[in-house]
Amino acid sequence: MKFHSRTGWRKWINLLNLAVVIIVLFVMLPIYWLVASSFKTPVNVGAQPPQYFPNPISFANYNSAFVHYGFGRYFLNSVIVTVASTMLVLSIGSLAGYALGRLPMRGKSPLLVTLLIISVFPEIAVVSPLYLLMHQIGWLGSYEALIVPYTAFNLPFAIWIMRNYFLGIPREMEETGRIDGASPLRTYWSIILPQSLPGIFTAGVFTFTACWTEFLMALTLDNSNNYRTIPVGIALFGSPNVVPYGTIFAASVVAVVPIGILVFVFRKFVVSGLTSGAVKG
Amino acid sequence: MATISLKGLNKVYPNGFHAVHDLSLEVQEGEFMVLVGPSGCGKTTVLRMVAGLEDITSGDLRIGERVVNDIEPKDRDIAMVFQNYALYPHMTVADNIGFALKLRKLPKDEIRKKVEEAAEILGLTEWLDRKPKQLSGGQRQRVAMGRAIVREPSVFLMDEPLSNLDAKLRVKMRAEVRRIQERLGVATMYVTHDQIEAMTMGDRVAVLRDGRLLQCDTPQNLYEFPVNQFVGAFIGSPAMNLYQGELFDGGRSLKIGSQILELPEVVHLKKPTLMSYSGKGVTVGVRPESLKAASTSTTPGTVLSVQATLVEALGSELMVHFSFDAKVVKIEDIQDDEEEILTGSGEGVARIDPSVSVKAGDKLKFEVETEHLHFFDPDTGLSIY
Repeated sequence: MKFHSRTGWRKWINLLNLAVVIIVLFVMLPIYWLVASSFKTPVNVGAQPPQYFPNPISFANYNSAFVHYGFGRYFLNSVIVTVASTMLVLSIGSLAGYALGRLPMRGKSPLLVTLLIISVFPEIAVVSPLYLLMHQIGWLGSYEALIVPYTAFNLPFAIWIMRNYFLGIPREMEETGRIDGASPLRTYWSIILPQSLPGIFTAGVFTFTACWTEFLMALTLDNSNNYRTIPVGIALFGSPNVVPYGTIFAASVVAVVPIGILVFVFRKFVVSGLTSGAVKG
Repeated sequence: MATISLKGLNKVYPNGFHAVHDLSLEVQEGEFMVLVGPSGCGKTTVLRMVAGLEDITSGDLRIGERVVNDIEPKDRDIAMVFQNYALYPHMTVADNIGFALKLRKLPKDEIRKKVEEAAEILGLTEWLDRKPKQLSGGQRQRVAMGRAIVREPSVFLMDEPLSNLDAKLRVKMRAEVRRIQERLGVATMYVTHDQIEAMTMGDRVAVLRDGRLLQCDTPQNLYEFPVNQFVGAFIGSPAMNLYQGELFDGGRSLKIGSQILELPEVVHLKKPTLMSYSGKGVTVGVRPESLKAASTSTTPGTVLSVQATLVEALGSELMVHFSFDAKVVKIEDIQDDEEEILTGSGEGVARIDPSVSVKAGDKLKFEVETEHLHFFDPDTGLSIY
């Protein structure tokens, strides 16, 4: 078969690229609609026929979200809960992942399987007992009521990702460290951890996203206005008779931004973190 | 500086695999000892036991005067170079070399001074601020060496440190490693599966197979006086040709296939036991170097008629692969050299003068240097002397 080598813009036109464009459009459309609608005036949000571009561009929805509905508070709550959970997951998870990946210990396989089972537990099944537990220890309506369960539920996946990453690091790294006189903790800190940053970032991005978007537990365990996180806050916008779509869109755009930035900044790490262990190198 | 002494060393893994059997070996001060053998022979395990990365099941390991069986690797005063170098990718060359010193909490100036000295010896001075990723294979290898020498250990351990390099660089680094070791005068244990590396680098070479030490001697002695047919075939490149033969006429005549060679008196002087094999089968070892193209003046009793199956012209010599009607003795685990072409190799190889004109398919006569033949007991494989 002979390939025609096309030059200029023509080389970009082929079925594969077309397919990519269609898929990207398909995925981006709702996001576009979300962003576009957030800049429409409240009346134009539901206009018939629909407005494809916001005209006039209005910041009324953003104003309403922050001023009228106190979205800033929810945002802050989400940041506190998510950042705390992510830090805990990464610090506990990387140590656990290192131990499970590298240190000689009994019962590694059952432990790993247990972790896997825990991670596939449906949230709805645990939320009621969790509510009772939180009620008993008096944690309802507090940051720790979300931070602790978020940490627990995100740990298994993070441990798996990080363990796989640690497995990909040559054993000689640790052995050299041992001969050089580094303690296990020093080896972990100075030699293994810096080399595992992609794995750590991947686990971090996933945990952050999961905590940031979690709804059910946040609704059940922290329902007072002072501790509400973004997903619950947005869902409870408005009153039984009014659904302020424009405000909801505006708040959602703000909510998506941190995740967007996170994924954009760490995209290279995330891809390499997810594929590590697939090929031994 | 110190000696390394292994006495009756055994390694049995929890799954029952006996990796090292009763190994005893002494490495003198400043000596370069090479452990060589086919893959899976236990040579790396031995090295790792000396390093303290593997437990010792039984036996005594001494470094200097001290028994170090249960001493942590860091307290054994050793430095190890790994096959994949194990450089820390996130640290610069200087940090890599100085890491061990940093762990010892040496003052910064002193670390810098020692690192620079090591870099000077290895020609790495201008690369000190680079990351390993930015270095070539040979430079990385030198950084790994640097990390070892900067600690001024009493023992060097090297686990196939050159096998990740390309052939040309490997030859160059062989000499360089040797030069550095001689300059520092540190007892060194060096593991390789490459017998050429072993022969060219080692003061003494220890040949291992299946976790047992077969022979430990100078390269020349291994080549000339192998204890058994495995060592005979393993040492030397191309490998020694081994055939089933039969001695008769009081051990003065040797039949290989349908051809008969006359053994001169000097063979019997060197190998008196050979007489007792008269009338019995022996394994005959013929080194490729012991064959040369026969001329008109060649004594009839030393001629072997063969047919060439493949000729490799290497410029300085010809490798002639040939076949004749003798039964070949095969030994497991003997790997042909990577460089050797395997296709079409017949039942033997000769290394002859390139002025001889010969091509595949030709019938030709070799003159056998009968005084350099090796003889092995066909049952035990042990050399007959």
